[in-house]
Amino acid sequence: MGIQINIAGNALIAKPDSEIDHHSAERMRGQIDTAFDNSSCRHIILDFSGVRFMDSSGIGMIIGRYKNAEKRGGRLALAGMSDDMGRIFHISGLAKIITRTATVEEAKEDFNAGRGSI
Amino acid sequence: MNRVSVAMDSKPENISFARVVVAGFIAPLDPSVDEVSDIKTAVSEAITNAIIHGYPQGENNNTQGTVRLSLTTSECRTITIQVADDGVGIADIDTAREPLFTTKAELERSGLGFTVMESFMDSVTVDSTPGQGTTITLAKTLASPE
Ligand SMILES: Nc1ncnc2c1ncn2[C@@H]1O[C@H](COP(=O)(O)OP(=O)(O)O)[C@@H](O)[C@H]1O
Ligand SMILES: [Mg+2]
Repeated sequence: MGIQINIAGNALIAKPDSEIDHHSAERMRGQIDTAFDNSSCRHIILDFSGVRFMDSSGIGMIIGRYKNAEKRGGRLALAGMSDDMGRIFHISGLAKIITRTATVEEAKEDFNAGRGSI
Repeated sequence: MNRVSVAMDSKPENISFARVVVAGFIAPLDPSVDEVSDIKTAVSEAITNAIIHGYPQGENNNTQGTVRLSLTTSECRTITIQVADDGVGIADIDTAREPLFTTKAELERSGLGFTVMESFMDSVTVDSTPGQGTTITLAKTLASPE
């Protein structure tokens, strides 16, 4: 139970593999922020393909990482989020500002095509 | 008709335990996958609030209390869930229920807990007295099984 973190070019890729609630989100954000601070990445990709549950703590966690990427002139993408979690994502209004892609590869392509290249 | 009550310490690790309890409680009613997900999410929000807002951590992390989770089902497939704390209470309930309102931005709270509960349940009732505590009552009627 935890989070897998990898770096691909200019993007930090974080893949939580457990349920996201207040308890687990606190640990996850610590690990992501430490890795991001120690890297020269600009973008963050959250790979949600292994997440089967999330409450509004997940929304707070996403917003916090979005702000960190923005501070470095980068962006945040959400990859592989299931439709079930997509509902809470829509309630939050984040769908308007955060890119959702089916896979991590698509998120990378999106960064390459968009403002910031990887 | 069935009833279950659980009392737990206000520890963040109990949030996932509460979800397991409620999922197990409703399982015999054969709810849909979406219904289970809605109810688990709403309970997660209410329990989180009791733990982090009802009993806010002091400087030496010593504020502890009890959170009570009570579950009932009726003949007509209505699930009623109460989450009660004896914590600080809510002075202005209407403001607290507004989307994006939070008093704990430093904990990366999004202020969407009540909004999520309202979206995923049929009804959400808040009873609170400052200095005495808060009781949240959530209800949802399950669709007929397929
Ligand atoms: N059980 C509670 N005890 C005291 N205050 C509460 C309780 N539940 C909610 N609140 C207050 O209502 C606000 C909004 O709650 P919510 O919508 O869940 O957002 P969040 O948990 O993200 O702050 C909280 O920030 C807190 O001030
Ligand atoms: Mg909340």
